[in-house]
Amino acid sequence: MQYSGFKVIKEALTGHKGWKPAWRDPEPQSNYDIVIIGGGGHGLATAHYLAKIYGEKKIAVLEKGWIGGGNVGRNTTIVRSNYLLDGNEPFYEMSLKLWEGLEQDLNYNAMISQRGIMNLIHSDAQRDAFVRRGNAMMLNGADAEYLDLDQIKKEYPFLNFDDARFPIKGGLAQRRGGTVRHDAVAWGYARSADSHGVDIIQNCEVTGFRIENGKCLGVETSRGYIGASKVGCAVAGSSGRLMAKANMRLPIESHILQAFVSEGLKPVLPGVITFGAGHFYVSQSDKGGLVFGGDLDGYNSYAQRGNLPVVEDVCEGGMAIMPMIGRARLLRMWGGIMDMSMDGSPIIDRTHIDGLYFNGGWCYGGFKATPASGMVFAHLLAKDEPHETATAYRFDRFKTGHMIDEKGMGNQPNLH
Amino acid sequence: MIINHPLLGPRDSAEFVYLGDASLIERPDPAAETALVDFVDYAYMRENPAGSLRELWFHEAGDRSWLVVTRNTMTHEISDVQMACDVARKIGRSK
Repeated sequence: MQYSGFKVIKEALTGHKGWKPAWRDPEPQSNYDIVIIGGGGHGLATAHYLAKIYGEKKIAVLEKGWIGGGNVGRNTTIVRSNYLLDGNEPFYEMSLKLWEGLEQDLNYNAMISQRGIMNLIHSDAQRDAFVRRGNAMMLNGADAEYLDLDQIKKEYPFLNFDDARFPIKGGLAQRRGGTVRHDAVAWGYARSADSHGVDIIQNCEVTGFRIENGKCLGVETSRGYIGASKVGCAVAGSSGRLMAKANMRLPIESHILQAFVSEGLKPVLPGVITFGAGHFYVSQSDKGGLVFGGDLDGYNSYAQRGNLPVVEDVCEGGMAIMPMIGRARLLRMWGGIMDMSMDGSPIIDRTHIDGLYFNGGWCYGGFKATPASGMVFAHLLAKDEPHETATAYRFDRFKTGHMIDEKGMGNQPNLH
Repeated sequence: MIINHPLLGPRDSAEFVYLGDASLIERPDPAAETALVDFVDYAYMRENPAGSLRELWFHEAGDRSWLVVTRNTMTHEISDVQMACDVARKIGRSK
């Protein structure tokens, strides 16, 4: 069923009796060509591109709970491609281009809003670093714009410009960045994948891999054994837990990241803002709530909830740049499990086990990468070779020294 | 989280800096034949369990001691705290 304005009007006039479930609820078959573990944004996007672009048949997505219930439903919805390094920037720029065409591709309203993102600059050294990053972005075909103080004052007059410790000196803007309705991304990909014949199997937890003579033959699940020629893992925060079932250790730690929503306010914030001196980023949802977040709690956790010191730190960051939010009340806060890699960049690669492929290590940047991650992982699964924009996301880069360390923090996952 | 410091008693975890998996105490032998592989493994690979984990915390805003804390990553419950120097001596380090 194609969604359209006419369809909405027709259904409105006929009592909304013609709407159908957006995807089927199939029983798992005994064998598939490709099984994707993880029914989140990345897994569903992979299935969509495998079926639509790479023409693969007999694909299943296995999800232990309900689809879109993990990090794709728990993030702060920002999309952007403002990276510095060559291993990253072309990949994230491809992602942003895919976001721009996503709604037409999926025939699904994902409420993609290119309202712009701006990184604030607080010192001369930071200006140099951000201008360099802007140049790197433009070299890779992305848009970047340096804003001086007067321009920022015009666009964001409410910021705390003359703070004694962290005065605002300028900003690096990416106008094509913005926000997306995150749940709709999972649902849109699921609906499209399903319509191309992909089986989306919910409440189906993978409990083990069947591996013989160095080859993965299939997966053991809570709904029985499922054979597969190729198995792709896209489970983000649960990567460590899942790959341990294949006796693999990863260059990844799972950490907790908290996010927050204030009560609904009138429109005050036109785009996304990030604080350059602390760690705080904020946008305003279409419902009016300020959506914001900051640093990791900093310790390994699978708890999906954080602790109070970080809440205080994030709110202090917010007050430092936007004192006007001081009277707004916090409505909700939650935590997501981040698969923090050792250099802050993802891994999309074959494993040493034949037929077993891995996609993870997204740190807290996985949401914006969803379309590109799906595209390159689909390419890897279909062609058995990395997509041209993802050649750097290898497992062995830690051994060969080809780390992609945007922040230059070294092998300390809680600092990326 | 409250960390029960063996010398100082219960302290707020915000006074500490987190390093990670306590297996980092067991540095591989740099003279071994397999040193290259061992050190890549030591520096970059992690167990990352959902459950009990032994980890290193540094009391930066306190007595600047290193602790080995056993904590459950599902519940954040801390079951054991030891001085890292005691742990290291037991396995033959820091003689």
